Amino acid sequence: MALLSKKDAKLIIDPLTDNNPITIQVLGICSALAITAELQASIVMSVSVLFVLGLGNVVISLMRNIIPSKIRIIVQLIVVATLVIIVDLVLKAFAYELSKTLSVFVGLIITNCIIMGRFEAFALGNGPWKSFLDGIGNSLGYAVILIIVGFFRELLGSGTLLGIQVLGDPIEKTGLYSIGYENNGFMLLSPMALIVVGLIIWVQRSRNQALIEEN
Amino acid sequence: MEHLELFFKSIFIDNMVFATFLGMCSYLAVSKKVTTAVGLGAAVIFVLAVTVPLNWLLDQYLLQEGALVWLDPKYGVDGSETLDLSFLSFIMFIATIATMVQLVEIVVEKFSPSLYNSLGIFLPLIAVNCAILGGSLFMQSREIPSLGLALTYGIGSGIGWFLAILAIAAIREKIRYSSVPPALRGLGITFIITGLMAIGFMSFGGMLTGGDEDKKEQTTEAASLIKLEPSSESTDKQITTEIAEKEDTNVVAENIKETEN
Repeated sequence: MALLSKKDAKLIIDPLTDNNPITIQVLGICSALAITAELQASIVMSVSVLFVLGLGNVVISLMRNIIPSKIRIIVQLIVVATLVIIVDLVLKAFAYELSKTLSVFVGLIITNCIIMGRFEAFALGNGPWKSFLDGIGNSLGYAVILIIVGFFRELLGSGTLLGIQVLGDPIEKTGLYSIGYENNGFMLLSPMALIVVGLIIWVQRSRNQALIEEN
Repeated sequence: MEHLELFFKSIFIDNMVFATFLGMCSYLAVSKKVTTAVGLGAAVIFVLAVTVPLNWLLDQYLLQEGALVWLDPKYGVDGSETLDLSFLSFIMFIATIATMVQLVEIVVEKFSPSLYNSLGIFLPLIAVNCAILGGSLFMQSREIPSLGLALTYGIGSGIGWFLAILAIAAIREKIRYSSVPPALRGLGITFIITGLMAIGFMSFGGMLTGGDEDKKEQTTEAASLIKLEPSSESTDKQITTEIAEKEDTNVVAENIKETEN
């Protein structure tokens, strides 16, 4: 980490664990839950958020002294919307099938609370470089949860990872299936995303008692 | 009839929170008390009822492919039959929503200070509530055919969101008296309860898929009876036991996917 001072490194590492945007700050839940039935979709979503949040934080941070505070929400929304349109068009051009799977959820990055939350909490008060790091850190924190949820849901739900069968063939009865293992189709249903995130929160807070909430 | 169908569909089957997870952030943050939950829920119904029809008009007369044909040729828009501005819909929709929220806030403050006091603090929150933008985007992607239906859809999804946040707030008020494992307290248990409620709501999936008119009405009646006491434990159990019996379109769809694999 010669490139980054200790303080800067903290900006990236904190959101990955003890200040995670999803499990601790409770931001950006909607998209995290809806698209995690497949690992691939989770990864693409994470990359899109990384792009939008990293760049958006820089733009907002550069403009922080000229935005009148009364209309800042609209200005922020316009910046995010523009970046999201770019992401959407790129996805439609290069990964059309995937953009169908993500459907409206790419558009919903605009109202992803992580983005507005970080703009409000960080980019409006800090310089561009720090804001950039903060954006990267938070979207990586978001990505970690998305990928964990996507990993378990795809593995247990359809026995595949990134579309590749890793547990054997369920129809030919090879691999694990030969000893009577069955896919748990329930994992693919949307409510399971909520329960998996709930369990992640449980594990995380059991490991770090300081995070436990008052009732 | 189609209004009624869309209305119940958007409340129960395509419930904003339980089927598509929209508006989860404020759903989790503002559901600690029933009174505040009611305030935010009412504001969401109101804003959805205003913005969905408005964005429908925008979509129909400005953004869709060939939407600009009503424009007089003298304005010099060439090839207006094939002009497709739909890539602008995100920015247009969010601008409408942000402006409408601001406008609603000003109007309500002026004409009904008491309503403003109860709704006011929630209105700015709503501009960034994904349920609102989601409502407009789903309206666009499901190609709702008329302005009236767009209004019905807006109100219906608003009520669905309202019911969801009301139910979870009531459960969270009661759950304080039970002993939840320390690490699961607060956020964790709320996630898991929401998951269970979502499973319950999946049982509404078969509600409008078939059968004759009489049967349909019976199911909707039964559904409204169940919804009378969203927080009581027994109804929750009832709902969850029903999943096994009721045919659910989602489940069917997922099963098809699975067999394909």
